[in-house]
Amino acid sequence: MNHTVLQYLLAAVVVLPLLGSVAALFPAPPGLRGRDPEQAVLRHGVTVTGAVLAAAIALAAGFDHGRPGVMQAQTDISWIPALDIRIHLGVDGVSLPLLVLTALLTFLCALYSYYKMPAGGSTPSPKGFVSLLLLLEGGTLASFAVLDLMLFFLAFEMTLIPMYFLINRWGGAERERAAWRFILYTLLGSVVMLLGLLLVGVKGGTFDMVALASDNGAKLTHTTQLIAALALIVGLAVKAPMWPLHSWLPDAHTAAPTVGSVLLAGVLLKMGTYGLVRIVLPMVPEGAHTYAPYLAAFAVVGIIYGSFACLALALPSPTTTLNGGSALFNRSGAGGDLKRLIAYSSVGHMGFVLLGIATLTPTGVNGALFANIAHGLITGLLFFLVGALKDRSGTTDLDQLSGISGAALYGRAPRLGGLLAFGAVASLGLPGLAGFWGEMLAMFGAFEPADGLSRPAYLTYMALAGFGTLLTAAYMLIVVRRVCMGDHPVEPGAEHGAPRPALADVHGYEFAAWSPLVALTVLAGLWPAALLGLTDPAVQQLLAGGN
Amino acid sequence: MTPIASDLAAGLVQSVDWLAVAPPTIAAVAGLAVLVADLFLPEHRKPLLGWLAIAGLALAGLSLLPLLDGDRSTFCLTSGGGAACSYTADTFTLVIQLLVLGGALLTALLSISGIQDLRLPAGEFWFLLLSSAAGAALLPASRDLATLVVALEVASLPAFALVGLRRESRLSSEAALKFFLSSVTATAVMLLGVSFVYAATGSLHLSRIADGLAHVDPRLDTLAQAGVVLTLVGFAFKTAAVPFHFWVPDTYVGAPIPVAAYLSVVGKAVGFSGLILVTVVAFPSYDDVWGPAVAVLAALTMTAGNVAALRQRPERAHSAVRLLAWSSVGQAGYLLVPIAAAGYAGPDGDAAHAIGSTVAYALMYAAVNLGAFAVVALVARTNPTGRITDYRGLYAARPAAALALGFFLLCLAGLPPGIIGLFAKVTVFQTAVDAGLGWLAVVMALNVVIALYYYLQWTAVLFRAPEAPSDEGVASVTPVAATAPLTAAIGLAAVLGIALSGAPQLVLRFASGALL
Repeated sequence: MNHTVLQYLLAAVVVLPLLGSVAALFPAPPGLRGRDPEQAVLRHGVTVTGAVLAAAIALAAGFDHGRPGVMQAQTDISWIPALDIRIHLGVDGVSLPLLVLTALLTFLCALYSYYKMPAGGSTPSPKGFVSLLLLLEGGTLASFAVLDLMLFFLAFEMTLIPMYFLINRWGGAERERAAWRFILYTLLGSVVMLLGLLLVGVKGGTFDMVALASDNGAKLTHTTQLIAALALIVGLAVKAPMWPLHSWLPDAHTAAPTVGSVLLAGVLLKMGTYGLVRIVLPMVPEGAHTYAPYLAAFAVVGIIYGSFACLALALPSPTTTLNGGSALFNRSGAGGDLKRLIAYSSVGHMGFVLLGIATLTPTGVNGALFANIAHGLITGLLFFLVGALKDRSGTTDLDQLSGISGAALYGRAPRLGGLLAFGAVASLGLPGLAGFWGEMLAMFGAFEPADGLSRPAYLTYMALAGFGTLLTAAYMLIVVRRVCMGDHPVEPGAEHGAPRPALADVHGYEFAAWSPLVALTVLAGLWPAALLGLTDPAVQQLLAGGN
Repeated sequence: MTPIASDLAAGLVQSVDWLAVAPPTIAAVAGLAVLVADLFLPEHRKPLLGWLAIAGLALAGLSLLPLLDGDRSTFCLTSGGGAACSYTADTFTLVIQLLVLGGALLTALLSISGIQDLRLPAGEFWFLLLSSAAGAALLPASRDLATLVVALEVASLPAFALVGLRRESRLSSEAALKFFLSSVTATAVMLLGVSFVYAATGSLHLSRIADGLAHVDPRLDTLAQAGVVLTLVGFAFKTAAVPFHFWVPDTYVGAPIPVAAYLSVVGKAVGFSGLILVTVVAFPSYDDVWGPAVAVLAALTMTAGNVAALRQRPERAHSAVRLLAWSSVGQAGYLLVPIAAAGYAGPDGDAAHAIGSTVAYALMYAAVNLGAFAVVALVARTNPTGRITDYRGLYAARPAAALALGFFLLCLAGLPPGIIGLFAKVTVFQTAVDAGLGWLAVVMALNVVIALYYYLQWTAVLFRAPEAPSDEGVASVTPVAATAPLTAAIGLAAVLGIALSGAPQLVLRFASGALL
């Protein structure tokens, strides 16, 4: 495919969702009205995200896989000469997988919502929902495709408003508080990041990310680099999220509708780590080098902390075991909430990503990027599954769900149970599935960190991260045991042996929305070279200063 | 015109460049024409006066076009060596005049329905508005302290009357009195400062003051410093900077909504252009005095405004206008940041570069703040209490107005889709980072987040479901239809905001070029 076609494809990937978002607000034109306005607008969402996905796949097909380290499909138009801001788009091996992942996940979410529009809120109108979903997609895709610091910030901010409204209007209990928490944390982070970006841009003389990357911080003094790197790392770490800046995430995930959770975990968190790889590593290398050990330390604390939090959520609460069935429904709050558990597991998984980045080695950063994609696929799948479980049983509380012996999903809805078990073992990093490689490479990078970083410290981090994987395995297996296994036919605690209500098994549309994620998880696990071959040359180049 | 008698003797007859002075002159003449026409028009024809005033403002705005070809000066000193003019129409002047006249035009569109609703005396209202606009248009062109003070008073005095124009309203007269007393105090202090500066330098022309202050007699140094500080106090009041901000919320609430809109935009523009002129043009050699002072003032102002706005309770009466009033104090703080940065800039033209950011920000702020006030005026026709809780479910009742208000608020907050608001803030941040004012940038960053909270809260209210008909027996109020001028005002502001968001270069180019 020639260059112009690729240019248009990339531009289409960024612009189509934004146009679609505006178009969703207007009434459908004649001929596209469908059964009723609601159906028409939901179908509009599927069409637009489908077109974006097609464009993204075509872009990936036309991408020159022989030179993934080179920026391709570049467009460079002057937009605001006063601030030297240019509309500069382009993809390389780092951003291409993220673009495709975003397009895919949003399409699957739109497809899922077409059949299962999230309830909640007082007057949830599909019009607003589709418009916000597309705006969110546009912002995310733009942040992976732009090559100008100010545009990156713009795209970064663009995702906030739609996500805020998705949580606030279509979320579950405590959605307003969670939405506020989400937006305040991320805003505070992004304003700090803006100061860092401005410092880099003003002192470096340009906002162009390619030019700044190839300067490799040569135009910035050591002090400037330290200040800028601190601001950038703190700002991006809120989004990633890094312990101890993660506390917005569990609330946001618990309250968000299924689709919101999928996109939040699958795509939005990646913007933070992508920013670290794309901006911090090449543009302020000295600053990155100074802070890398601290970043790694926080990452490892995040891994351990996330795992313990999950373990605490996964284990049966004491009241349940002591008082038996009678206390089952006394629990209020999100004690053993499954969504919360997956959110905390995200903190752990993103800890591995951050650890990989903090090694400053090609191995570690490649592992981080791989773990990024794997986390997007697996956690996206898990949130879909938990959402489906909530729709069927009305709760995501693990204690309510499982009772004493377990929720017996294998017996009551075997396919759903099987998929949940699949997601859980993928998440714990079973070799042969996507979750394995990224975390392995991140730890491998920590085994031999970049020159000048303290090897003993990193060896400790590696050991702790390894301990974290054990904990992950523990809580994931507990979840599987409590949700998937158990006594099938009899209601636990019920003396007269009333049969448990049957659960609907996987519907067709659910199957359509989930099977691509399952397939890609297996594919990435069995053939990691497909992804690593893309990222490795680009990572080598970013670490070496764009040359 | 020149205030110094000896200069008058040297050139009694001057050729006046009428084209250069056209914008303020046309506004003033239109004001007089309205006042005279008011005497002869029968009561039912009074609405014509409004359209006459709008035509006058539009004409004054159009008269800026021929001035685009280059800088013009008039009322110049012919003696004493070195050019010193009292009136200069350069890029800075033209941009601020555009802002002032455009802001007055939008205010006029808002006022047409407001005058009928509030039964304001039409002739007086339009005369006062046009006179104030004429003063405000004169101010950015003034290049001597006497003209500056006169212009400032011409812009302010009618504003006191406008605030108190609502008959039989205790709130209105109290607001006018508060506004008047605090303003007069500030003017008195400023005049004292001006006289000190005159005593120290022997001139009232800004360019000569700049020369004079550069090598002032060491014995007069204290006097000159005191003069500089006291002069700034007067302008700080007009910009509603801390600690001269207490009049703002009560005055805005007491005034008719269009007048509050006018004060928040044009009143502020007047203060800022004056402040820029005296700091950057007249007192550049004392930048070590006013630079840090303005920086501290900026930090205090934005923090005080935003924290107070945050504490507004949405169910209180007039909370919408009160919130906009406090937020305008916060915004004034952002506008001060580049001026402070100009104080830290080197002599190589960075100062002019920095104040361009203030101008760009002010243009953005003028468009979207007037738009927000326009929607508030629209909603106030249905719900005169003006509470933020009244905006609940606005999207269901008036989707276009709700989307417009949401857009304006997000522009003020600086979040996409309000791209222009975001980039205007970015330029302000940039000047602070450039000038090495890192602490101010951090304070501003925190303030931006605080402000986002309350702007976003208001935006969220717009899209919530309307309250179910209450069981108190109050039937749901049917929305009062929007009038054509009000719709035009909202539409104009929205189009401006969207156009600027698509092409921010339109205003941001002022941030890159030297204006003065």
